[in-house]
Amino acid sequence: MTEDLVLPTPRETDGDAASQPLLKVSGLVKHFPVKGGFPIRRTVGAVQAVDGLDFQVAEGESFGLVGESGCGKSTTGRLITRLLEPTRGTITYRGRDISHANRKQLAPIRSEIQMIFQDPYSSLNPRQTVGKIISGPMEINGIDPEGGREKRVRELLEIVGLNPEHYNRFPHEFSGGQRQRIGVARALALEPRLIVADEPVSALDVSIQAQVVNLLQKVQRELGIAFVFIAHDLAVVRHFSQRVAVMYLGKIIEVGDRDSIYTRPRHPYTHALLSAVPEVTLTEGEGQQRERIRLAGDVPSPISPPSGCRFRTRCWKAQDKCAAEEPPLIRLSGNRDGHLTACHFPEEPTIEAREEDIVLDPALAALEEDQAG
Amino acid sequence: MTTVTKAEGAPAPAGPDGFLSVRDLQVTFSTEDGPVKAVDGLSFDLHRGKTLGIVGESGSGKSVTNLTILGLHDPVYTTIDGEILLEGKELITATEKEMEKLRGNRMAMIFQDPLTALSPFYTIGRQIAEPYMKHTGASKRAAWERAVEMLAKVGIPNPKERARDYPHQFSGGMRQRAMIAMALVCDPDLLIADEPTTALDVTVQAQILDLLKDLQREFGTAIVFITHDLGVIADMADDIMVMYAGRAVERGTVDEVLSAPLHPYTWGLLNSMPRLDSDLGTPLSPIPGTPPSLLTPPTGCRFHPRCSFRDRVEGDRCVTERPLLGPDRSSACHLSTERKRTIFIEEIRPRLG
Repeated sequence: MTEDLVLPTPRETDGDAASQPLLKVSGLVKHFPVKGGFPIRRTVGAVQAVDGLDFQVAEGESFGLVGESGCGKSTTGRLITRLLEPTRGTITYRGRDISHANRKQLAPIRSEIQMIFQDPYSSLNPRQTVGKIISGPMEINGIDPEGGREKRVRELLEIVGLNPEHYNRFPHEFSGGQRQRIGVARALALEPRLIVADEPVSALDVSIQAQVVNLLQKVQRELGIAFVFIAHDLAVVRHFSQRVAVMYLGKIIEVGDRDSIYTRPRHPYTHALLSAVPEVTLTEGEGQQRERIRLAGDVPSPISPPSGCRFRTRCWKAQDKCAAEEPPLIRLSGNRDGHLTACHFPEEPTIEAREEDIVLDPALAALEEDQAG
Repeated sequence: MTTVTKAEGAPAPAGPDGFLSVRDLQVTFSTEDGPVKAVDGLSFDLHRGKTLGIVGESGSGKSVTNLTILGLHDPVYTTIDGEILLEGKELITATEKEMEKLRGNRMAMIFQDPLTALSPFYTIGRQIAEPYMKHTGASKRAAWERAVEMLAKVGIPNPKERARDYPHQFSGGMRQRAMIAMALVCDPDLLIADEPTTALDVTVQAQILDLLKDLQREFGTAIVFITHDLGVIADMADDIMVMYAGRAVERGTVDEVLSAPLHPYTWGLLNSMPRLDSDLGTPLSPIPGTPPSLLTPPTGCRFHPRCSFRDRVEGDRCVTERPLLGPDRSSACHLSTERKRTIFIEEIRPRLG
């Protein structure tokens, strides 16, 4: 359907912009106030959704953010697109600090940073036609492409694999996967340099997921658009991203190129996360056995996160040092360039099975001991 | 229409150990737009202590099948044909009173979203104790103690205190554990788990799946496990049934179906799913198109509009004739088994990386 279409040529990169990262985030913090008390409601605490992030996204790169719910990955996406204002820290887009820029200052940048949302049902206005939805951003930004907006919208519909004749249809006439394609077309309408995709495929069926992942990959490669790809599905992130950051309770605990994170992880949480992914083994006995790690309990509340290393309450290697000192995000010896880990007692860089499984869940451990003995 | 509407092959007669047997089940809902046949001629057997995994996309009829087994469908708008036998007892014709005796006692269900499946008004302990009191006639105190014991078994810390909590005071993973405790409190023979881990994070999902497996080994419960995730099925099930648009298209043991799948739809599912060890050079090969509307389902094989192997079947049998599914390892497809084996090894397997 979409495979043999010719895409518009990617825009030229300016000479000076190539040397600096497209997006640079340093010390990014977002706390949401928690109000309580009677009769006067005061701020009694803060949800520390994002607490000190540093990362960069290069021009045309796809950067993956993974983590469990409540780790702050969606908040990070909304901060980058400046749908939220950070509490502290800076977001630099092509050398310009946009962390506290106002509406007017943001206007020209908004067209270059676009977002694709998770839920294809609630992110499209049901009272607007597809044509109106996709041409809306052009109208607001006063962009008049050659041949008129309608022609451009039809081109975009074709790029994302929809029939251009669907211009006058309403969102309810489309299936989930098609709606997500409309979302992609809308994001492409302004020829952005950076797209933040927040769980773009998790609401879709497996067979449709692959269609949308392939579309996004095509857009990323052929138009040279940088992506911040936020998802909880580790396999999808691996498929899509060149560099991956793993988040836990508002912090990046490990970041590196795809290969380092997926085959040579150092942080215990990355190990636990990878080992928890249920996998189809295609042939029996093929390949290495994966390690088995079963954590206990859930992620702690971000209102009062643990001191020091935030993972220590669920970590099997935790010692006193972990509670007292927050581990810095640094390159450990033996790690490749750009592979940073925040851990005092890192694991071996392998995902092969260990001699003994790590089962921290007391109920599981008890049941398994009963059955073994 | 020239569709051959015949039962899926001749299923084997229910053996002494086939304790749940479903035979040629047809479920039709009447809607404003017309009748929707959500399940069309489904047959399967489940043995004691085994897990049957049902995989399929949304709208494939996997949840409807299981609501029908439990008798949780709306009787006004639903027409059911066929047989559901639980240890020889017919469930479709059973009265509501008889079903009430079985539900929560002999068979129980775990739902996808534990927050909406638990009542916000009652404490967790009371909700677990209630079915136990009703079915065993135990005293309030004994039932409460049983509830605390079950909470401990599923790994809730401080079960004595936590039994007095309300569902909103539990986290997502703990709520799902409480649901499992509630389902298992009467020691049922049959447990139906409808996407029990879809709403959970991966690390919590891994804990819950392992917990279910360990509890099954201890209680000897038979489980029908419904999911859309092939990875979860590979981890949990003994047997797999793949459903598409209201029909079973392939069945077999986990190893048979996942290492040598024989239906183009199963190939499509495997091909469209990225894995942690898949080859990154090859793009995913999605199944083209979208699942059909069951108001006007495709004739013949329901997968034919999306199938890329249709041209290899002589004539237009895919369009006119419904392929049958045998009772054991088989797939509902007009291509011969040998042909499909060769196609899988030569064309599909290499693409899986």
